[in-house]
Amino acid sequence: MADTPKPKSNKNSKKAGSGKPIPSNRRVSHAGRMAHVSSKAPAIGKIVQLLTGFGHSLTEFLWSLGFAARFFLAVLLHSGMALRRFQLTIRELYFTGVLSIIIILVSGLFVGMVLGLQGYETLQRYGSSEALGVLVALSLVRELGPVVAALLFASRAGSAITAEIGLMKATEQLSAMEMMAVNPIARVVAPRFWAGVISMPLLAALFSAMGIFGGYLVGVVLIGVDVGSFWSQMQASVDFREDIVNGVIKSFVFGIIISWIAVFEGYDSDPTAEGVSRATTNTVVTSSLSVLAADFILTALMFRGA
Amino acid sequence: MGSVISASSEPLVKISKLSFAYDQRPVLTDINMVIPRGKVVAIMGSSGCGKTTTLRLIGGQLKPTSGEVLVNGQAVHLLDTNGLYELRRQMGMLFQFGALFTDLSVYDNVAFQMREHTNLPEELINDMVMMKLHSVGLRGAHDLMPSELSGGMARRVALARAIALDPMLIMYDEPFAGLDPISLSIIGEQIRRLNDALGASSIIVTHDVQESLKIVDYVYFVSEGKIVAEGTAEEIKASKAPYVHQFVWGEADGPVPFQYPAAAYGEEIMGIKETSLG
Repeated sequence: MADTPKPKSNKNSKKAGSGKPIPSNRRVSHAGRMAHVSSKAPAIGKIVQLLTGFGHSLTEFLWSLGFAARFFLAVLLHSGMALRRFQLTIRELYFTGVLSIIIILVSGLFVGMVLGLQGYETLQRYGSSEALGVLVALSLVRELGPVVAALLFASRAGSAITAEIGLMKATEQLSAMEMMAVNPIARVVAPRFWAGVISMPLLAALFSAMGIFGGYLVGVVLIGVDVGSFWSQMQASVDFREDIVNGVIKSFVFGIIISWIAVFEGYDSDPTAEGVSRATTNTVVTSSLSVLAADFILTALMFRGA
Repeated sequence: MGSVISASSEPLVKISKLSFAYDQRPVLTDINMVIPRGKVVAIMGSSGCGKTTTLRLIGGQLKPTSGEVLVNGQAVHLLDTNGLYELRRQMGMLFQFGALFTDLSVYDNVAFQMREHTNLPEELINDMVMMKLHSVGLRGAHDLMPSELSGGMARRVALARAIALDPMLIMYDEPFAGLDPISLSIIGEQIRRLNDALGASSIIVTHDVQESLKIVDYVYFVSEGKIVAEGTAEEIKASKAPYVHQFVWGEADGPVPFQYPAAAYGEEIMGIKETSLG
């Protein structure tokens, strides 16, 4: 539809600044609008400008949030095909999950090794260096495993999902699919969403396992902490329900958040090169921040005073 | 379902009093069009005049502000999702740059609809895909990926994909854009040939006058969302109407102004000067 100009015209800001957020022109830049105001305008004009700008961004934000929620429901509603024809999801599992394994394993190893060094350094001051296993395992299983794996997953797989869906939109592949009576949400979006939700807990588990191995390498093999107490104290202190299951729940929630944001940003991106690049950035930034915020909330709910 | 009631005298697509606006900006106003069965009809006009919007309204991707589009007797905007999808299975659309699925091979692109909409065994799908690819002359390219195709080849694969399920209506969105002269006439010829071989009806949205006048039966000229002229290819060529004349002969200025509407030239320049000095 290259010959139908979009109503969204950044230069012609007078018309777009009606303050009424609508799907197609809601990303009109405020800077562009400001530039048109003559420098002679009194201060009161500037304040009004700021207020309307703020109100516009706020309604815009709320609009996006509502749209994202409706999109989420649509994805869930149209998940039938992704689950029935599971090879569609398996293909995406390969791209999002399997191809992320290397970065997850290597990062996990290094994070665990650093934990081993730092943990030993602190623990030996209090003469309890054999608790190193507990420290490494608990910090990985409860926090670092899910959170760091989620951050890596967002930048490795989330950005790829957004870019792919965004480009499919920009090159009219989604429109073409719709015109072939195939729902792109069911055929393209839902398999990618579910692949992300399934891979995230698995990747977090791999990250934690690799991290514990890294801690073992540094703590036991390199520094010489007693191997028996390293493992036995870990086994005694890490609770299955309290620590491991909670960690898995976290990574599952992060998987939903990242996949949701990634598919939404791709589907909602402006169908241009610039729009896709902005959507990809949005995915990484928004999902990383959301993961950290959600982690705080989940931690507060799960581990208070336990 | 639709083919049962297809009385052959009734046109396949009938557009009456159709208007459409994006938000407040009108794109189409009071359009009336008829696409008879078995014919190739072109919708021409300069870029941004609402041609592609018309195709999207026929395909049900947009809903009209007022008026209606009847395809095979059914009002498109009144159909529910299932009805719309049912109707779209009988439509083929060729997008401007092909819109091939970049993650699927040429073969899988053409087989896409057969696999999604039918339960045919793979051997039968194989035969059908090869026949469709043969008809656009690209049987030998079946295992290439879309990124390995030239622009003209991609357009032909997309054409094979559009006719995969033998649609009754084929829509072409700028099929000639960005093609070299050879690919151009190949595509043009194939549009006509496939239309007649399939017994389908075709709508071509284009601004390539010379190429399309060779193959079409009837032409609608659209300008600023209104139909400004219509007629058979011969009538259009002979037309003395200023707009048609400007368009067919590609003159820079005429009823279609060269300048985008703007404030008075002098005023704007002076205004800018004033602020930059102060």
